[in-house]
Amino acid sequence: MSVDSAVVRRIAHLSRIAVEDEEVERLRGELNAILAFVEELDAVDVSGVEPLTSVLPMKMKKRADVVTDGGIADDILVNAPEREDHFFVVPKVVE
Amino acid sequence: MTEHAAPSKLIKGATGDWEVVIGMEIHAQVTSRAKLFSGASAEFGGEPNDHVSIVDAAMPGMLPVINEECVAQAVRTGLGLEAKINLRSVFDRKNYFYPDLPQGYQISQYKHPIVGEGEVIVDVSPTERIKVGVERLHLEQDAGKSLHELSATESHVDLNRSGVALMEIVSKPDMRSAEEARAYVSKLRTILRYIGSCDGNMEQGSLRADVNVSVRRPGEPLGTRCEIKNVNSIRFIGQAIEVEARRQIAILEDGGVIAQETRLFDPGKGETRSLRSKEEAHDYRYFPDPDLLPLEFDQAYVDALARELPELPDAKRARFIEQYGLPPYDAGVLVMERASADYFEDMIKDGANPKAAANWLINEYFGRLNKEGLTINTGPISAQANSSIVQMITSNEISGKIAKDLIEIVWSQPGDPREIVEARGMKQVTDTGEIEAAVDAVISANPDKVAQALAKPTMLGWFVGQVMKTTGGKANPQTVNELLKKKLGI
Repeated sequence: MSVDSAVVRRIAHLSRIAVEDEEVERLRGELNAILAFVEELDAVDVSGVEPLTSVLPMKMKKRADVVTDGGIADDILVNAPEREDHFFVVPKVVE
Repeated sequence: MTEHAAPSKLIKGATGDWEVVIGMEIHAQVTSRAKLFSGASAEFGGEPNDHVSIVDAAMPGMLPVINEECVAQAVRTGLGLEAKINLRSVFDRKNYFYPDLPQGYQISQYKHPIVGEGEVIVDVSPTERIKVGVERLHLEQDAGKSLHELSATESHVDLNRSGVALMEIVSKPDMRSAEEARAYVSKLRTILRYIGSCDGNMEQGSLRADVNVSVRRPGEPLGTRCEIKNVNSIRFIGQAIEVEARRQIAILEDGGVIAQETRLFDPGKGETRSLRSKEEAHDYRYFPDPDLLPLEFDQAYVDALARELPELPDAKRARFIEQYGLPPYDAGVLVMERASADYFEDMIKDGANPKAAANWLINEYFGRLNKEGLTINTGPISAQANSSIVQMITSNEISGKIAKDLIEIVWSQPGDPREIVEARGMKQVTDTGEIEAAVDAVISANPDKVAQALAKPTMLGWFVGQVMKTTGGKANPQTVNELLKKKLGI
């Protein structure tokens, strides 16, 4: 599997990351290098093997249905570039 | 089900009949105190960003921990839908960018949902029941809320709903008319409310529907579908399907083709319109969420939840028919809300005749509640008081007409109906002598009408009315009838 410049642009768009034309080629190269590195795993035959979800034989942790959190709107908004009252404010996102 | 619609459900186009095919995705908010993966409150409303933990705000390094009650609610709901419960399911990330989705992905279930195939029996009309297949039910997170009206150039984001647990219930494309679709949502809502896994409040968005609509010529393969997003009332679901089917038929009859797309229903304009038309096809790039292990439990856990389930609407309806001899329609109306069914049974326990109690509730009390915007829980009359009224009707102590006056009184000034009847002299006159006097008076005062009645026996009704009037509605109508027939010789 290899990534071409159209795929780079599409992934950037889906993530709403602004990628300049001159950056595409560099990113394409980096992504392909990562994929080539991971492709080494193809050398192993895993047919009939269940995907591994955890290296430890453990069960999913669960929480009780109790409200233990919240009421920290100031903390939640502390990094917001723009805010009003306790809302995040973002560029208009409706057409 | 791939069977075809009855001819009566087909839509007539300019060039012949069309069949509409409908499937639905219902998003039902899970009833729980805390969110699906955090300890913040799942309660509706609240000050902006007050019900938000750093997990819900997707601060780096935070890990989701599942709320066990949300899991139990999904399993209970699956059981209520007669569905296969999967003892192992997996959470995936559904990736998309939107300002009210701080993680950049929604934690959902894709290939391995917690609940598999099931079935809902839907009462379309008093005489028609259909089965609608359920494809799956999975657990997922709700997104935050964007407000676009507070500013002309900016949107305001509140994450209070971010991370609240939703159940997405996907139906098979088994519905063939707007009416069937409405009935399906209504039945699903009833089941969820019985189980207590969703409050079914459509105004607050606890229950939202995405409706898939396509049309085809009867007997042909499925047509291209359009998805109408986020329809938030049962009435609008019906309207949206009607206008969307008409739109597609018009395009096809003009020789056009349907573009598969997401559309929005505008109830004000009565039309659907394209949404995200400029955007490319969805590419959610699902993959298993590495932060969460598979969700696993054993059959004993499922069995324990099954034992605690309440009697569900279909079983209750069958019991009402069997135990109380109710007509299926009446039983169906009474079990729509668990509270109504309980109220009805309280009246029976208090001594009311079941059929009379059902009649009284359906034809009299529910209508009044509806008119005043009240529910069985908020209405002013207790089950015991309504039971007393019904018992007095059944025993002929009061007439049906007086009963209507009586409920009017009890409605506005609660009291014991029996005492009110006694105090106000509302008891029905069954004393034949007294009624006879009234009958005689009416006959002697109207010789012309007597002559007419002899020629035309349907005139009897006029005499009955007059006698009832002079006795203040308290005469037993049957006695009046019999006496009039005898005296007039009809």
